[in-house]
Amino acid sequence: MATKTFAGVSIEVSAEGYMMDASQWTKEIGTEIAKEEGIELTDKHFELIDFIRNKVNNGETLTIRGIGKSGIVDIKGFYQLFPGAPLKKATKISGVPKPASCI
Amino acid sequence: MENKQETPLKKVCIICAKGTIEDVYATLVLGNGAVMEGIEAKLFFTFFGLDAITKKQMNKLHTATVGNPAMRMPGGLPFPSIMGMLPGVEAGVSAMMKKEMDKLDIPPVDEFLDMITAGGGEIYACKLAMDMFKLEKEDLSEHVKDVLTVGDFYGMCGGENTQIIFT
Repeated sequence: MATKTFAGVSIEVSAEGYMMDASQWTKEIGTEIAKEEGIELTDKHFELIDFIRNKVNNGETLTIRGIGKSGIVDIKGFYQLFPGAPLKKATKISGVPKPASCI
Repeated sequence: MENKQETPLKKVCIICAKGTIEDVYATLVLGNGAVMEGIEAKLFFTFFGLDAITKKQMNKLHTATVGNPAMRMPGGLPFPSIMGMLPGVEAGVSAMMKKEMDKLDIPPVDEFLDMITAGGGEIYACKLAMDMFKLEKEDLSEHVKDVLTVGDFYGMCGGENTQIIFT
C-alpha cells in the first residue's frame, strides 16, 4: 500500500495504484489519475465513470460485455476511450477496486 | 547471481484445433483476456476448431458427453458414459452449459468474436483445414480476417515476448 496525492488530497492506493477507499473519489482526483494514464477525460469518459461507480457500489461484477451493453459506448468505443487495457484503466480512474473479471 | 527480471507479455498466438464448447471457449477467453490487458492477440482456427468461426456452426457447439471422464451430473454424481449416448443428452448438456455461461456474462461465440475484434484481436482460419472440410471464405464469420497457411501464421508470431498457445 502507498499514499499518493491527487488534486491536493492524500489518497491511499494499492501497489498497482487503485484507490483503497472509493468514497474519497472526486472528479478532480479522477482527472489526475487519468493524466497519469495518459488520458484526457471527456464528458463521455465521465458518463462511463458514473456507470462504473454505480455498478461497483451495487456490488455487481464489471465485464467488458456489460460495458458494451451500458448504452454509453460500444466495446470498440470503450477500447478507444481507455486505450490498452480499458477495464483496468477505467476502474483505476473511477477510484474503484481492480476488477476481478476474466471477460 | 540469478536474474529474475521479467518483461511483460506482448503478443499471444492461440491455436484452436477442436470444436467442443470447452476447447473453443478456452481459446476465446484467452484471446479476449489478452486484448483486455492490452496484449496483442491472434487466434488461429484449424480442423474442427473451424466450427467456431463457421457461420452455420458457431452458435451450435456441443460438449462431448461420451469419453469425457470429467463429466458429472449437476451436484457431482457420476454421469455414466452410456447415458451420454442417448439421443438428445449431448444437446441438453450443451444447452445447460451455455445457460450457466450466460449467467457469468460469457457471451455466445459470435458475440465473443465481436468483442475480441472490437479490442483489436485478429481471427484467422487455416487454409488446409478449409480445403479438407470444403469450406469457402463466405462460410466463415465476417470477423475472420484472412485464410492462412501455417507459414503465414508463423510469420505473424515473431517478435519479442510472443507466445504460441495451443488449446
